[in-house]
Amino acid sequence: MSLLTLNGMKTNIGQYAVLHDVTLDVPEGGVFVLLGRNGAGKTTTLRSIMGLWQPSPGSVLFKGQDITAMHTADIARLDIAFVPENMGVFGGLTVEENLILATAKGRFDPARLKRIYELFPALETFWTKQAWSLSGGQKQMLAVARAIIEPRALILIDEPTKGLAPAIVDAMADAFREIAQNTTILLVEQNFEFAKSLGRDMAVIDDGRIAHSGTMADFAADTALQDRLLSLSA
Amino acid sequence: MQQINDFAGRLGGVYLLPVVVAALAFVMIGAPSSWVTLTVAGLAMGMMIFLMASGLSLVFGLMDVLNFGHSAFVSFGAFIAASVLAWLSGWLEADAVSLNIAALFLAFGAAILFGLVAGWFFETVIVKPVYKDHLRQILITMGALIVAEQMILAIWGGTPVSVPRPEFLEGSLLIGDITIEIYRIFAFLLGLGVYAALYLTLNRTRIGLLIRAGVENREMVEALGFRVDRLFVAVFMLGSALAALGGAMWAGYETLITPALGAEMMIVVFIVVIIGGLGSIQGTLLGAIMVGLMANYIGYLAPKLALASNMILMVAILLWRPNGLKPAVK
Amino acid sequence: MNALSQTTTSGTKAVKAAVLLIFALLLFAPFLFQDVRALEVAARVCVFIVLVASYDLLIGYTGIVSFAHTMFFGFGAYGAAISLKQMGPGWDAVLVGALAGMAVSLIVAVAIGLLSLRVKAIFFAMITLATASVALVLASQLSDFTGGEDGITYRAPALFKTATKLMLDENGKVLRIFGVKINGKLAAYYFVFFTCLALFVMMLRMVGSPLGTVLKAIRENEARAEAIGYRVVSYRTFVFCIAALVASLAGTIYAIWLKYTGPDTALSFAIMIDILLMVVIGGMGTMWGAVIGATMLVLAQYYLRDLMGAAAKATVDIPVLPHVLDPDRWLFWLGIIFILLVYFFPKGIAGTVMAKGAPR
Repeated sequence: MSLLTLNGMKTNIGQYAVLHDVTLDVPEGGVFVLLGRNGAGKTTTLRSIMGLWQPSPGSVLFKGQDITAMHTADIARLDIAFVPENMGVFGGLTVEENLILATAKGRFDPARLKRIYELFPALETFWTKQAWSLSGGQKQMLAVARAIIEPRALILIDEPTKGLAPAIVDAMADAFREIAQNTTILLVEQNFEFAKSLGRDMAVIDDGRIAHSGTMADFAADTALQDRLLSLSA
Repeated sequence: MQQINDFAGRLGGVYLLPVVVAALAFVMIGAPSSWVTLTVAGLAMGMMIFLMASGLSLVFGLMDVLNFGHSAFVSFGAFIAASVLAWLSGWLEADAVSLNIAALFLAFGAAILFGLVAGWFFETVIVKPVYKDHLRQILITMGALIVAEQMILAIWGGTPVSVPRPEFLEGSLLIGDITIEIYRIFAFLLGLGVYAALYLTLNRTRIGLLIRAGVENREMVEALGFRVDRLFVAVFMLGSALAALGGAMWAGYETLITPALGAEMMIVVFIVVIIGGLGSIQGTLLGAIMVGLMANYIGYLAPKLALASNMILMVAILLWRPNGLKPAVK
Repeated sequence: MNALSQTTTSGTKAVKAAVLLIFALLLFAPFLFQDVRALEVAARVCVFIVLVASYDLLIGYTGIVSFAHTMFFGFGAYGAAISLKQMGPGWDAVLVGALAGMAVSLIVAVAIGLLSLRVKAIFFAMITLATASVALVLASQLSDFTGGEDGITYRAPALFKTATKLMLDENGKVLRIFGVKINGKLAAYYFVFFTCLALFVMMLRMVGSPLGTVLKAIRENEARAEAIGYRVVSYRTFVFCIAALVASLAGTIYAIWLKYTGPDTALSFAIMIDILLMVVIGGMGTMWGAVIGATMLVLAQYYLRDLMGAAAKATVDIPVLPHVLDPDRWLFWLGIIFILLVYFFPKGIAGTVMAKGAPR
């Protein structure tokens, strides 16, 4: 069953046409990876789904409901979480305050909080510290924690491993694998190795269009296709 | 140099600045009694200006909106409070302090109510249509300022309006050979109370959390499920109400007000907001106190420089901290 | 103006025709309109066209919002006024005054420009506002020098005296062509007209040149312009200085014409508001807009107020209406119109008309 469907999405930013025709189906459960080169339109796709940029024409269907013209805040209330490229962490707020904003009632579910402490111990250590004092990796953890502090149906994550140390990347991969057992993740990545280990289904976006879609297993086996679409020449 | 910076940082950083200025003034003025009078006057003035400026700072920090019409709320607040006080002058002259306070309460309350309603109207009709466009914002809000000033002129006329004060706030306290005007103490305490209320709201409530987060990153707050445009209206209304209260208190301070009040205060308010940094009430308070103190000290020490002192202060601080003393974290 | 990024539409032709008409009316004003007041209006229009056009350079072409423009106008006016008063009515005074005004304007413009390097563009508008208000206060305070609130009156060079006869007829009296005396007043008017024309043409050529293209690029997308290689800060400071110098000259010219300079004619915020109104009504970023806006507003200021007064008297028996039409309410209605214009016609008259019509 398709959780999220994008149909012929075109998005213009100012005078620039970034997305020309994006059509894809994200099935429920697991990790769906959206790959592509720099500037291909990956971030724009996520932002368009989230309503931060208005796709026109084209449509976005979530659980069968047309969310194309909805306000970002209303889209978020459908239990779709967004972890942007710049993490969107509020520097002047403490870790606790950052997380509490993501709760519906201003209270934490003790079980879920415990799970977050287990996945990302640093957050417990820095609980009352202002977020600007966290390292890049810790900020990324905070951004992801914010997306899972309450149950979500879909989590959009934009390039979480950018600029992170390899050890943290591994920890991130483990965390995502565990999270994906209970929800659907749409992951945008340039780091192919990271994506390969996580993704079940995938698509490649190139120049604002979907150039390929299928299973990760098939794509990972086809090095010629990888070269062509991602320019990963050995 | 670095050591001085660190030392200053541990002592409170930029919050030291008013203390330093006050200390310097003490040395230069010489007579302690004069210094106390001037400092109290400066603090009181600073508090009133803080009320006028805090709305502008928060609105710009949160909404990225430049409201050049902000001081219209100050003017209206002043004139509305003046009218209410004149209407209730019987209560003001009465010996019963409770009647005095009631009159004051009603006058300030009327100003605040006006600020809330007019703020809502202003945001919905004038500001909202030009959200993204700074140029049109500046132009359209300037137009609104002109219209507002003309409205005051039409309703209250051009002659200065005198503002009656309640009995219990008239006069001065005499401590040794130091004279302190009672109204100034009142203004300072009221302003401090409002600041404390603002501070608690911003730091201990959910809506305060939203405002602080929104000042940093509006988009992310939306992506977390909150309708930021509704937050905008609320903050704008609050800012306008605060400005009106500041105007009302200023009316009591000056006891004689003219329709040009708004335009006069506009420059001061902008300078305070620039000095203090946009988006944080701490910054605005700091800027306001600095301006209040400087205005009073320089008015005493070098009256010719008095009017230019704000400019000089602004330039000096901008050269040191181009973003203001304590802008919101972005 | 070659069409750089604008397609020439039939609207553009209409606007240019209107501008040409205004130019013709101004050129022949002394002969077309026989009363003294009309000549005052015409001179004021000429000066304000230049003042507003120089402001359009800032706000329309480069996207800089400044409230200090009247201040530069004032520098030029007071420069001429003070030197004409101190040195007597001669051409040397005019020259000294003009240069002094320009020098002060340049120094202040550079100072403001340099400060703007360190602060956000958003603070810039506020800083110009603060600077202008300080200048206003200084002018009224340094009253020995500037005449304070009352201003300074002085005489213009002898050539411009009304009594000066430029051409004589057979009887030795002043010659009249089409009923207009060829005297000093006429010379004064044409001095204003031709100097303003020269300044306006100079600015036209500036915006039509490669410089104009760069300014437009900066306005559209500053980051991009910087990335392409233009030092945005240098260009902005340069334009700010040029605009200040032109405004200063406009002030000098007006001071010579009026033979009086005071805070209300040269420095007040009312003038700044007028400039804003004119540039918004006329249309930003079009130069022609300055012509149209200045003409319309000056005409309205002089003749509409009279109209309002007459209308108020005529409707004195109807409730409310006389209050609403009272000429004292003039500024109120102007403010409302201004708001409506910014809201509905952000491009102003020239801009909106030029955008319409079939592209050619």
